[in-house]
Formats: sequence, C-alpha cells, structure tokens
Amino acid sequence: MSESFLQIRGLKKHFGTKRVLDGIDLDIARASVTTIIGKSGIGKSVFLKCIANLMAPDAGEILLDGVSMGSNRRAADQSEGFTFSYMFQNNALFDSLTAFENVALPLREVVGLPTEAVAERVTELLEQLDLGEAGSRYPAELSGGMQKRVALARALVTNPEVVLFDEPTTGLDPERKFGVFDMISDYRERFGFTALLVSHDIPEVFEISDKVAWLDEGKIRFFGDPSELAADSPRSWSGLLQSSESVEKS
Amino acid sequence: MIRSLGRTALGLVYEWGDWTVFSFGAFAGFLRQRRRRHKLVTAIHEIGGRCVPIVLTVGLFTGLVMGLQLYYTLARLGAEAALGDAVGLSLVRELGPVLTALMIVGQSGSAMTSELGFQRNDEQIDALQTMGIDAKSFLVGPRLWAALFCFPALTALFDLIGVFGGYLTGSVLLNVDAGVYWNHVFNSITWADVRGGFIKAVCFGALTISICSYRGFYTHLKSSLRGVRGVSESATRGVVFSSVTVLAADYLITSFLI
Repeated sequence: MSESFLQIRGLKKHFGTKRVLDGIDLDIARASVTTIIGKSGIGKSVFLKCIANLMAPDAGEILLDGVSMGSNRRAADQSEGFTFSYMFQNNALFDSLTAFENVALPLREVVGLPTEAVAERVTELLEQLDLGEAGSRYPAELSGGMQKRVALARALVTNPEVVLFDEPTTGLDPERKFGVFDMISDYRERFGFTALLVSHDIPEVFEISDKVAWLDEGKIRFFGDPSELAADSPRSWSGLLQSSESVEKS
Repeated sequence: MIRSLGRTALGLVYEWGDWTVFSFGAFAGFLRQRRRRHKLVTAIHEIGGRCVPIVLTVGLFTGLVMGLQLYYTLARLGAEAALGDAVGLSLVRELGPVLTALMIVGQSGSAMTSELGFQRNDEQIDALQTMGIDAKSFLVGPRLWAALFCFPALTALFDLIGVFGGYLTGSVLLNVDAGVYWNHVFNSITWADVRGGFIKAVCFGALTISICSYRGFYTHLKSSLRGVRGVSESATRGVVFSSVTVLAADYLITSFLI
C-alpha cells in the first residue's frame, strides 16, 4: 500500500486574490482510502474538482502511475474502465431517470455496450449494493441512504481506478453516516478502487481512512495516519474539531 | 462613460460569440451522440407535444379576433369578401410564426431554462462531465434539432386553426359566404408565403431554444443570484431575450423575404 499510485504535484488554484490551493503535493497509495479534512470553505471540494477535471488548476500536475493525466481523464479504452469517478455531495442523480437508468447512463452513452450487456452489468451491481428492487424507482422515491448507494453504483459501474467522494455524508443522521462510511470501506475492499474522500465528520471518518490530509491555507498541513494527527499538533487539531462541529450545527 | 460603454460592448460581443460557439457545439455534437432517435423523440415531445394545446387555443382565438376586427374594417370599404385573404395572409406570413414561437418560448423555453439551471445547481451537469459525456450535446443538442421540426409543425397547426377561427367569425357569425371565404383563403396564399412562414419558424426555433438553453446551462455564470433565485432569474431572462429576439428577427427576415 506504500506504493504511490496517484501523485499530485504543485497544484495551484486561486479565485480573484484568494489563493485556495497553493502548491499542493500529495502521494496516494493504490486501493487506499485518503481523507481530506479542513475547515469549511478552505478549498477541499476545489481540490477534488481539480483532480476530476471539473475545474482547471492554475498550475500543477496530476500523475497516475507516473503518467501525467493532462486534460484527458478518460481511459484510452473506456470499455476497460474509467480512470476517475466522482460521487457528488447531493448525489447528482437525474430525476427523470430511474435508478437503473441512472446507473446505466455512462455505459449507454459513453461505453456503448449492447443493451443486454448493460442490463446484466447494472443489475449485478445493483444487487451487490442491495438495490435489487430499487432499479425501477425514481430518485425521489428512494430514501437518502438508497440514493447514496445508487450514486455509488453509478460511480462504480465503469470500473474506475479512483473514486472521489465529495462530502458523502452531508445531511445524514449519525447512524446513516456510519452506514455510508461502512459502505465506502466495504465496497473499496470488494471492488479495489482508490478512494479520495472529502469529509467534515471528524473523527468518525478516521475509522475508514488509511491516510488523512489536512488542508489549511492552501497547503497540506499534515499527511499521515489518522492516529498520528492528534499527536502532531493538538491545539490546531482541537480547533479543527470545533470547526467541524460548527459545520454540523449549521 | 466611454470606457463603460466600451466595456459593455465588448461584453456583449463576447457573450454573442460564446452563445454562438455553445449553440453550434451542441448542434453538431448531437450527431456524435449515441441513441439519437430516442433523445430526439423525447425532445420533440417536450418542445412540440406539450405545446399543442396552447398553440391550438391561441391560434383559434387569434383567428376569431382577426375575423371580427378585419370584417368590420373591410366592411367600411365594402370588401367583406376579402376577409379570407386578410386572415390567411396575416396568419401565414406573420402572426402564425411569431405567436407560435412566443407560445413555445413561454411554455417549453422557460421550463427548459429552469430544468438546465436546476441541473447545473444540483451538479448533474458536472456529473455528466465526470462520466465523459459531453453535457452540451447530451442535454441541448436534441432540443435544438427538435426545434427545427417542432416550430414549423406547430406554426402550420396555428395557421390552420387560425384560418378556421376566421371562418367561424366571418362566415358562421357575420354571414360572409363560406365558399367565398375559403376560395379567397386558397387563392391568396401562395407557396412562397407558406415557405416564408416556415423559414421564419425554423429561424425562431433555432434562436429561442439556443438562447433559453444557454441561459439555463450557464445559470451559475450568467445570473447575478445564486440557487433557486438564480434559476428563476435565468428563466425570466431566457424568455425575455428570446421574445425580443423573435420580434427583431421577424423584422429582419421579413425585410429579406419581401
């Protein structure tokens, strides 16, 4: 797990005069769960969006297995699987499509698999995620937890190498939060993807994290095992915890 | 002041350029999409199917009012027999394409802008991008192609029901001979008039649907407000810009056709 799979080098992004990312360097191991933490509005989602190519960084490079990704983030042969998938904070499911159609969307529109192959792959994945009976229902007819799982199924259906999770537990009660964390941990083991997670749920999220990166004032202030974080700088750590609580209350 | 004027002019030129690139990109990109027929049929239903009742209703009442107004105007000149010419030509050349376009903008254009704006705010458009789907071609492309079919088809419906409305007022209510009315309608309207009306309809379709889509797709950049209010503002602007564009384009196209 120590081998560096996803490498981020000198990533910079600013909005007007505000420097949000100020030369981020990060090495992420294959099939690991890395959590980005930091105060609200510090640029965690911007960081994730730069990696996902939803936002163009001002400078810097993203390398996968030592190869620069450039602006083309699709795998050369998409039938073999995508490089990145993104699970959005609010799931971003299409209201007019059923759960099955939402999951099948990238296979139908990009990979172009035959209808039977799409049905087989999507049905199998929905069953693996305990969504077997939800396939014909629309997102509005599903519970919050089921919507999360549909969003995860859509993110996984293309066999991505890296899955980016943008605050996947936002708006969920504590019990469901643990459910989502267990789901990420469980499916990461089962599908073998590399997970990069943005979360405010400190310290709960540490239980599933192999590494934690603490983003502060545009730089990575700490990167290492979650257990080392508290020992590293207790005062700042307690401040971060307070900021996480205030986000919860808001 | 001159600096501010220059900045506004440059902003407008930039926006027009951006809108043109957006529209052509979505239009051409649709041809590279998978499952084109399915998307086109859905878009035709969305733009065309849903607008049939309102187009028929407005068309009928327009024809009824025109029959009434033109009858009394022509009666002063002793030319009631020309009611069919007046109603038919006004509808086919001008009112049909313009009012149909305005109805579609009000019904489907505003809904389209709101839907795209909501999809932008809900990160659904970003989700498409992360899946490797060209969001413009996927969401806007089918609607632009559907508009090229729906606007002329609905204009034809509007014209037909409008002429029938003129007949109801002129012949059934005000006793203009039915044979005279229909004879004048068929003799006065030429293929050039019908073709001109369809040319207008196609142009209005392309312009209005691309304006509404552009406002919705870039609601996060074009609206001064955020969230639901931003979407509402985008929808309002989309409808207003489209309506003004229809009237301005009508004048331009008419001046070329006459």
